[in-house]
Amino acid sequence: MTVIDHHPEMPVGAPAAHGKHLTNITLTIWRQSGPDAPGKFESYTIDSISDEASFLEMLDVLNEKLIGENLEAVTFDHDCREGICGTCSLMIDGQAHGPQKGTATCQLHMRKFESNATIVIEPWRATAFPIIKDLMVDRSAFDRIIESGGYITAPTGGAPDANLIPIAKPVSDAAMDSAACIGCGACVAACPNGAANLFTAAKVSHLNLLPQGQAERYSRTEAMVETMEEYFGSCTNHGECESACPKGISIDVIALMNKDYFKSKIKNRRNLDRN
Amino acid sequence: MAHAVNTRTKGNRGPVTGTATGQRKRKPFLLDLYSTSVGKKYVMAVTGIVMIGFVVVHMVGNLKMYLGAGDFNHYAEFLRELLVPILPRTVALWLFRGGLLASVLLHIHAAYGLTRVNHNARSVKYQSERDYQVANFASRTMRWTGIIITLFVLWHLADLTWGTLNAVGTNGTFVRGDVYNNVDRSLSRVPVAILYIVANIALGIHLFHGVWSLFQSLGWNNPRFNKWRRQLATGIATIVVVGNVSFPVAVLAGIVGN
Repeated sequence: MTVIDHHPEMPVGAPAAHGKHLTNITLTIWRQSGPDAPGKFESYTIDSISDEASFLEMLDVLNEKLIGENLEAVTFDHDCREGICGTCSLMIDGQAHGPQKGTATCQLHMRKFESNATIVIEPWRATAFPIIKDLMVDRSAFDRIIESGGYITAPTGGAPDANLIPIAKPVSDAAMDSAACIGCGACVAACPNGAANLFTAAKVSHLNLLPQGQAERYSRTEAMVETMEEYFGSCTNHGECESACPKGISIDVIALMNKDYFKSKIKNRRNLDRN
Repeated sequence: MAHAVNTRTKGNRGPVTGTATGQRKRKPFLLDLYSTSVGKKYVMAVTGIVMIGFVVVHMVGNLKMYLGAGDFNHYAEFLRELLVPILPRTVALWLFRGGLLASVLLHIHAAYGLTRVNHNARSVKYQSERDYQVANFASRTMRWTGIIITLFVLWHLADLTWGTLNAVGTNGTFVRGDVYNNVDRSLSRVPVAILYIVANIALGIHLFHGVWSLFQSLGWNNPRFNKWRRQLATGIATIVVVGNVSFPVAVLAGIVGN
């Protein structure tokens, strides 16, 4: 039997049975009606919110209020709300995904803030991430990078047995660390140069580290790096991306990508099996 | 904060639709590499290593001034006679100078190109204040420390290589080959000594990020030695700054000079 401790008819944002409440939160939010429209910051007040509310639930509360006042709701990206889909974004007080390390905005909770706080919310800003509306941006440039090389050659037919290909445990762990990338774009948003090296390097290293990815190792690196460079800035090794990444992906993968990119230019690909 | 900003994107980079892009036209190997941002960072790292080697050797060589005029001037003459039985006099020196000049020009050209790419990559800046977490003062000011170092090097050449600015405001004249007295004459001027100190602190800040950064750019990354990269950068920056700043201080304190 499911225990419901939150009455379904209880209005969202109403005082919960337990937990602390934050009061008088001022939200300064970027409002922009469309891709080419001029935008500006507007301020809103949340009178009271449970510290157990997630940041996105807090925005839901704001939107309920705005709709009740016959005003237009704030547009923002969100989907799974459990930190695995990479849809949510938001620059919160100058930090991608807000002040909490290792989480996306959906897993940031109001307990990280204080009463009477002013919270500034801005969309990701990069030329390759044009604003669609308010806080929502178009991240399809990432899809262009994936399309150019984020795949492997796999035999068709029956599914192979699990663990058929021996992979050293540290290698599989490293590939898994890279594969944790959810493609949210926080690395680009946090980068002072608007570079997507952490995203691209995570995708490149995820496949380049594994035996299944060797067939396209150098063509993949070359294609993905060069597609990335059509849209994004360049890496100057600040490390802001690593700090903002909700999955804690290390800039070590950028070094790995840089090394494989150089090799992609000098390797004789007809002899690849000889190394 | 409620100012209107047109966030329309500039250039032809986005919005993005359609499928992956086609094959680029290939240039010869090195030009092909240099035409990309990752390749430019490679070039910056390699030319950076050349220049790091130079500033370390330059500082160590200048320590000879503490041994007196004879030793210091003898060292300067030795540089001209480097590899003399194999090469004619000053040829090795000019080869080094040529390599160094090429490194400087490539380093600056790549930095300029990357800066333009990076500015275009965020044509509309954040409208609220950024809260940087790990980017440090050194990494955020590479362009400024780089410009300061470039301008200083031009002054430094005019001062102690060409001699045109060496005797300004002093008694006596620049004498080619009399390195000890040229240095003494130049750094006895307090504003010049301060200029040398400020420029060398800028150099130290540039090295603090650059020496660390080149490992990432070249893909030299291994958990076994990663923790040493920061120590190496701090060490090289400290040694170069302490050595170079000691020279104007020593001249002003009367330890070096007549």
